Amino acid sequence: MSYGAASWSFTSEDQSAIHQVLQRFLTDSQAKCAMVVDRSGQLVTTVGDQPRFDAQAFASLTAADFSANDQLARLIGETDFNTLFHQGERESMLLADVARRVILVVLFDNKTTLGLVKLKLKGTVEQLAQHFATIGTRPARPEPEQRPLLGNVDDEIDKLFQ
Amino acid sequence: MSMINYASREINCKLVYYGPGLGGKTTNLEHVYKKVAPSTRGKLISLATETERTLFFDFLPVDLGTIRGFKTRFHLYTVPGQVYYNASRKLILKGVDGIVFVADSQVDRMEANQESMQNLYDNMAEYGYDLTKMPFVVQYNKRDLPNAAPIAELQTALNPGWEVTDTTRQRVTPDPYHAGENLIEQAPTGEWIERSTYFEAVAINGDGVFDTLRAVSKLVLKALS
Repeated sequence: MSYGAASWSFTSEDQSAIHQVLQRFLTDSQAKCAMVVDRSGQLVTTVGDQPRFDAQAFASLTAADFSANDQLARLIGETDFNTLFHQGERESMLLADVARRVILVVLFDNKTTLGLVKLKLKGTVEQLAQHFATIGTRPARPEPEQRPLLGNVDDEIDKLFQ
Repeated sequence: MSMINYASREINCKLVYYGPGLGGKTTNLEHVYKKVAPSTRGKLISLATETERTLFFDFLPVDLGTIRGFKTRFHLYTVPGQVYYNASRKLILKGVDGIVFVADSQVDRMEANQESMQNLYDNMAEYGYDLTKMPFVVQYNKRDLPNAAPIAELQTALNPGWEVTDTTRQRVTPDPYHAGENLIEQAPTGEWIERSTYFEAVAINGDGVFDTLRAVSKLVLKALS
């Protein structure tokens, strides 16, 4: 058995590459905002209109939503639901699994249609999956010289709690 | 799954408060929420029933501050303690970096504590996680109640320790939080045993809440280093 879950890292180069893909997607689909959330509920990055709501809470609920729906899928004999759609009166959201590593969340309003967003989503998810597959093949922990130096941080942690 | 985001210079870690129903997991988070400056924490999200029993989870993001230039954010989660909700409880463990087991000290909750601890081991094992190799602390809550069991009894039942087979770790390691007690020591029968550190708490008053959080946070950040 392993030590818990492996850590992973997200570099500035990863961010540039993913932002490029998502910018193009937002232009093509006319959606407002795209967020990438990891499966444990942590927000990785946001592109487009910056959300006015609590993005951390939103990310954690997104991951929980996806996980709960995965279990529902299994109960009815599916392996998973790889996209979820929540429709509101003005704002809607579409969530898509990316390579079982992260979730792409797309927020859009009445300026576009679900059909257009879904149409553009497929290729975007494929491109993102390639990027995240590469990220996944990197060592789970970055090389020591690239890691933040967290050794001997006891005093600093104590200060944070004062 | 801790994520080091070099692009935004952030470290994000996930802590889960586990334990039997009505043991005080949500109360721990509520105290942190009340005491931490609003600028350093997000909203406390509770997915609860109408009677305020946790249905799915509670969630509270807390910014601990900056360590070595990285903004360090801990995401605190609780699980629903009631036996019925095991499916949702298991989902919350996904990607966990550190665990606090909140035990109810009352004598008549001993069985519920043990069932929950076993359930934690089982759910972790299903994900392929090894609890004995993970940042893990035990909190004995409700120490103020007259029917609270003695700590020694709780330790024997819930934190008896596991065998240390790695010879490089077979050395007496004092518990930094309890003078005269050890986290790793040799049992009279010869084998080396390691226990998790523990804290006494009265979460409703806030006693022991931050001691527990500080200890598990240190373990998580050390595991990353």
